Amino acid sequence: MKTFKRGGVHPEENKLSENQPIEVLSVPKRVTILLGQNLGANSKPVVNKRDKVKVGQLIAKGEAFISANLHSPVSGTVLKIDDVPDQVGHNKAAIVIDVDGDEWVEGIVRSSEIAKDIKLSKEEIVKKIQEMGVVGLGGAAFPTHIKLMVPEGKVPNVLIINGVECEPYLTADHRLMLEKGEELLIGISILMKGLGVSKAIIGIENNKADAIHLLKELANNFLGIEVQSLKVKYPQGGEKQLIKALINREVPSGKLPLDVGCVVSNVGTAFAVYEAVQKNKPLIERVVSVTGKSVKKPSNLLVRIGTPISDLIGKVEGLPEDTGKIIGGGPMMGKTLISMNAAVVKGTSGILVMRENESSRIAVKDCIRCAKCVSVCPMGLSPYLLAIYGEQERYEDAGLEDVMDCIECGSCHYICPSGRPLLDYLRVDKVRVGEIMRNR
Amino acid sequence: MSLLKISGSPHVHGDNSVKGVMYGVLYAMIPAILASIYFFGLDSLKVMLVSVVACLLFEYLIQKYLIKGEVTITDGSALITGVLLAFNVPSNLPVFVIIVGAFVSIVIAKMSFGGLGKNIFNPALVGRVFLLMSFPVEMTSWPIPKPLFSGKVLDAITGPTPLGILKEGLDAGKSVSELSQQLPDYITELLGNHGGSLGEVSAIALLIGAAYLLFRKIITWHIPTSYLGSVIIFSGILWLINPELYINPLFHLVTGGMILGVFFMATDMVTTPMSPKGMIIFGLGAGIITMLIRIWGAYPEGVSFAILIMNAFVPLIDKGFKPKRFGERIKNG
Amino acid sequence: MSDVIIYSVITIAALGTVSAMILFFVAQQFKVIENPKIDDVEEVLPGANCGGCGYAGCRNFAEAIVKTNTLEGMNCPPGGTKVMDNVASIMGMTAEVQAPLVAVMRCSGSKANAPAKVQYDGPETCFFAHNLSAAESGCPYGCLGLADCVRACKFDAMYMDEETGLPVIIEENCVACGACVEACPRDIIELRKVGPKSKRIFVSCINEEKGGVAKKHCSVACIGCWKCEKECKFDAITIENNLAYIDFNKCTLCRKCVVVCPTNAIHELNFKPRKPKPEKKTLENEVKTDAKVVVESEKTEGKPLAKIEDEATDNDNNKE
Repeated sequence: MKTFKRGGVHPEENKLSENQPIEVLSVPKRVTILLGQNLGANSKPVVNKRDKVKVGQLIAKGEAFISANLHSPVSGTVLKIDDVPDQVGHNKAAIVIDVDGDEWVEGIVRSSEIAKDIKLSKEEIVKKIQEMGVVGLGGAAFPTHIKLMVPEGKVPNVLIINGVECEPYLTADHRLMLEKGEELLIGISILMKGLGVSKAIIGIENNKADAIHLLKELANNFLGIEVQSLKVKYPQGGEKQLIKALINREVPSGKLPLDVGCVVSNVGTAFAVYEAVQKNKPLIERVVSVTGKSVKKPSNLLVRIGTPISDLIGKVEGLPEDTGKIIGGGPMMGKTLISMNAAVVKGTSGILVMRENESSRIAVKDCIRCAKCVSVCPMGLSPYLLAIYGEQERYEDAGLEDVMDCIECGSCHYICPSGRPLLDYLRVDKVRVGEIMRNR
Repeated sequence: MSLLKISGSPHVHGDNSVKGVMYGVLYAMIPAILASIYFFGLDSLKVMLVSVVACLLFEYLIQKYLIKGEVTITDGSALITGVLLAFNVPSNLPVFVIIVGAFVSIVIAKMSFGGLGKNIFNPALVGRVFLLMSFPVEMTSWPIPKPLFSGKVLDAITGPTPLGILKEGLDAGKSVSELSQQLPDYITELLGNHGGSLGEVSAIALLIGAAYLLFRKIITWHIPTSYLGSVIIFSGILWLINPELYINPLFHLVTGGMILGVFFMATDMVTTPMSPKGMIIFGLGAGIITMLIRIWGAYPEGVSFAILIMNAFVPLIDKGFKPKRFGERIKNG
Repeated sequence: MSDVIIYSVITIAALGTVSAMILFFVAQQFKVIENPKIDDVEEVLPGANCGGCGYAGCRNFAEAIVKTNTLEGMNCPPGGTKVMDNVASIMGMTAEVQAPLVAVMRCSGSKANAPAKVQYDGPETCFFAHNLSAAESGCPYGCLGLADCVRACKFDAMYMDEETGLPVIIEENCVACGACVEACPRDIIELRKVGPKSKRIFVSCINEEKGGVAKKHCSVACIGCWKCEKECKFDAITIENNLAYIDFNKCTLCRKCVVVCPTNAIHELNFKPRKPKPEKKTLENEVKTDAKVVVESEKTEGKPLAKIEDEATDNDNNKE
């Protein structure tokens, strides 16, 4: 069974919602669309206060090179364009829309009929994806069209599709693969055409045997798409680890997957590409797992971008009594939410409600030099040392120890018997080293 | 409902804890503890009890009255030091000597550096070496094992360890083949029915514990493998050159504190390197130094000194041998 | 025997000579000619290496002064005018008179004023907590209370007040080196002029959110209501992004703004306590009475504050 070699951990999987079909969440009364949803520059609003908008209408344009378009996920009136608190409580520019009805822009195909023929050319595909505001749905929300615009001198020869979903609890991608398998594969074919490669590999961890089975069967009808099952190991969904696991290439430090001839995309993104290209539908909704041990009805919900998280919690019969922490994303890399009023963004893959007794960190003790953090680090770093540098503000030293290679997977903190907040300090290091590097 | 928590990821933690690690080591020492009680009787129990109680007490007193900080004697680390110190002394050691050893181990070698995780040298070994130099007579009169239920009631009979026999014999100009008459056979050495420190005599019992440590992933294979490997190669080469002057590698492996040192003290996580490469270097160095001392040194046994010397090199090794980074090597497939 | 003595003397003498030659050669080769003034200037500097001048240490500061041969923009905050005068006399110049500065803490979001809505569980460093999320009170501008500034202070001029969870500045010790300003990830601490008899008036809040939102985080937040701006006859107060700021060059310390502030966000320091005057319903007296009384009366009158609260409810609606 394939997997990546160095480091990694295996946390309890807790895929509570894996057997729950994707449910459509009703349109909320008001949506908040942050202008900075994707990696890179903010999108620029092209609507004004009190404008009427329809579902799928462009409301903000990605003007900078790394930036993406935003479309209204609802129809209604623009209430305001102002700073609102994001998921962690910092004020960010956003467009707030009051919902009125559900009127769609013309041209969007809403039938669920599968459109197989790829009519667009390579260039048209890239343009369409850019137009429709598709970004990576794995978490980082990197604009997809940029991945398809290969700079000169780089030759991609394989497309890697991330169906790993190595984060515990999350099942959104799993359900998507099961329910939208064919659309997904068409999406992958489109990406292959857009990228100009003839081979694609879908990596799926073997705890999703049903998805592997289904996609393997469906892939027989598609040229060049291969499904590869992988051993369960976190962080296999990290693109560098996934590339290593599937095709045994190592992306050098500070380089992109393209430098070793591949492009990585998430299954959610592939589906969004299908919808954008074949159905002319912008990225206005995504699948979100709402889960947790005390949640009454762990679910996978198809929600409009900008829906308040409280609506999602309401759908799963409310917040449990013993809630201690609400996380946007999975338990290994997700961010804790400061309030439930914040909205779903394109990168929200799950909402995880932790019990109170699971929420507290264990008491921090002195490092006993057990070297477990070193052995689990998938990037071959020395987290214990980098954390000491962080504590002692020795950022130059941390930079020399390649702290910028850290993918923030959290394996070091997960394994540490002394409960040291290693990743917290590594993050401090990374921000500070970034500052130092920019100042040079 | 109390306040929601906010913190950085990850939000789940594995079931590792300092206590878990320490008690894991302790469980691994149980077979050797039982073996020592079997071979040396209640004397060994007495030595272990005194050593453990003294270690715990010293740690408690220091944390409570000198540092005035959190008392962490329940984390099991002082317990391990106590047992390991007892493992490294003869069973007829006077009580006050054991207490002195515990004092040196805990107060000087551990707490004065800042406690668990900050000590440079393995506390139990520092205590042992201190005793060896301060009380050479008491520390080197090895009682002959008198297994429980064996019927023989001989008291206070002491004799040399196999390594001692070898060393003295070779120094006196005898050849290995002459000396091997006096040496116990390998089965006896493996089981432990020969003179020596409390915990080091029964290689079998120690190996059972070592297997447990490896199974629980408390220790990794790097240090034991490179340590034993370098011992085998070093002594093997000499044995091939002149088997009359140098005894075979197997003898070196099963006698003295080799197994105890390799699996329980050279693998002490606090005082060993962090990277796999560093661990291998550590093991190699310790193995070579052990053999240098055993063959050409003044003492018959060199494991403790070798480990302590390599302990001192750990910061240097950590600086020089970093774990291998991801993505330095580019393959084109 | 005498041989031994002679040989050893010769050997040692030879060794000494060779070493001396090497040392001499190396010293000649690598001689660094420095202006002796640098040493003189360094001598009179406090030697705390606090970095308040903007240079890495006192030596670097002295070098910079001597090399550029100017005192323009050069100031040693901990040394103050006295040290700068000394420096100037060495350099043969006159020092600009620098008004002494002191650090002020522009957040009053104590545990009581800004109750925690969530609980932070992580390392004790503001820098990390700031990057993680808003403060426990939900205020994205307010003090995180994890003492980065206190750790940065080299002059024992700060401590954490356990009760309020906020740092306190000990003014006598503060040399205005700016280390705390640098350390604070939220730029809460500001260096202000000490003022006559250390009297100072400043807005103790840097929240730029709309009044209603800010008020929800913290009861003493500046809500940008313009009252102080209107009250100020000297144009010392400006309001930008829903936040008032008092220019200390223009402020005459009349204290009128302090009283009109509905949230007590404007702080006065080192003034004599006001005498509560007997009740007289003249406008003049009302202004001079205790700030809280004014707030109460305003609440009952309900004109300006009602507007603010309208906005607050409006904002609440927006959120849901």
